[in-house]
Amino acid sequence: MWSVPPCGVPSSERRGQRMTDITEITLTVNGKDYRVRVEPRHTLVDTLRDQCGLTGTHAGCEHGVCGSCTVLVDGDPVRACLMFAVQAQCRQIRTVEGLASGDRLHPLQQSFIDHHGLQCGFCTPGFLMLSTGILERDPDIGDEELLEILSSNLCRCTGYQNIVKAVRAAAAQMRSS
Amino acid sequence: MKPGQFAYHAPKTVADAVAMLAEVAPQNGRVLAGGQSLVPAMAFRAALPGHLVDINGVVELAHLAADAAVLSIGACTRHAAFHRPVADGPLGPLLSSVVRHIAHYPIRTRGTFCGSVANADPASEWCLVAATLGATMVARSTRGTRRIGAAEFFGGIMSTALADDEILTETHLPLLVAGTRYGFYEFSRRAGDFAIAMALVAYRVEGGVITEPRIGVGAVEDRPRRIAEAEAILRDEAPGAELFRAASEVAAEAVDPIDATPDGQEYKRDVVRAAVRRALERAQGTAHD
Repeated sequence: MWSVPPCGVPSSERRGQRMTDITEITLTVNGKDYRVRVEPRHTLVDTLRDQCGLTGTHAGCEHGVCGSCTVLVDGDPVRACLMFAVQAQCRQIRTVEGLASGDRLHPLQQSFIDHHGLQCGFCTPGFLMLSTGILERDPDIGDEELLEILSSNLCRCTGYQNIVKAVRAAAAQMRSS
Repeated sequence: MKPGQFAYHAPKTVADAVAMLAEVAPQNGRVLAGGQSLVPAMAFRAALPGHLVDINGVVELAHLAADAAVLSIGACTRHAAFHRPVADGPLGPLLSSVVRHIAHYPIRTRGTFCGSVANADPASEWCLVAATLGATMVARSTRGTRRIGAAEFFGGIMSTALADDEILTETHLPLLVAGTRYGFYEFSRRAGDFAIAMALVAYRVEGGVITEPRIGVGAVEDRPRRIAEAEAILRDEAPGAELFRAASEVAAEAVDPIDATPDGQEYKRDVVRAAVRRALERAQGTAHD
């Protein structure tokens, strides 16, 4: 095995190297560095769960349709099943584990509880990260655009209405605080 | 549901990227840009590339800039870049009206314009834009640089004029002159789903009649294309509901849907008829004169 050079190392030093082997990389998740050993084919979601032990991010369809694995990469919501872990080096990754401060839940988490925005909970981490990314980018997002964006993820329990209510209520609270 | 093994390469310059691709293309080497189509195909093991040349770290390819005549879209420009108008005149808002139909927001933060064009899915919105507006695709390899017009570029379902060792480094879209009216209409069963049919139209009105009409149809044949017979109906005529209806009828007859059954083909023609008419009506709505 050989280690991937830190970001910014000229590619000429890497030419001709094959990376089918296991490689050691660093992922920065919720502000903490994780040194992990991955194959290039390992997706970000599998690496977060299996190597970093962060099982809050759920792997659902594993082909980019359901949105359960949504995490934030440099602030943008992305499907963690459609990104390889080696591509996530030197990026700021945020997962559901990073939302609460100690025992104090993030307003979105509390709002999902208050508005019954979850039942089985499988899709919830993905919806929370999608909503976090959107509200941080656009705190005043309109109802129509919010609906369009929440259509990105699948929920098979709630019928979506309570998720929409929860995100709207959290958005109002986050704007006022 | 897990991708197969591959060797990973992460060049930082276009020169390095094309050199690496030239080396690995004979061993089923592929370019990885946004990965929003390639990686799902790899998860299904429908794609088993031996090598991936990841161009996300190539800063030269992240550009998105317009000069007086052309919008240059670099290979790493994400769909999400088009949520707000990126060019002066009607082209910027046209692209913004189209982008919201591409998959979902978390796909648009990663997927790229050029990746979609190179993937050549018949239902790709950007392929329809490229075919309708007459884009030029710029392909780079160690053998040099080629410019390929849309008519030659699209070769059928997931098939283009790109050679295995070529990278689509940028797409050039001609800017639309002030006063160009445009309309896009897509029909799909669910938000973010693949189009069943879609139409993009653009035209200008001079002296009360239509000039330079463009009518493009996608997701129906094996590649998007302009429908010359329907454009001919519009040319030199005054815009209006009856004319739009006539043009949409001609478009529906002119297309050759790839659906296997006669019922499926007839259904596609019905959707084309509605999509073209509604796109033309939307174009009428963009008139500011």
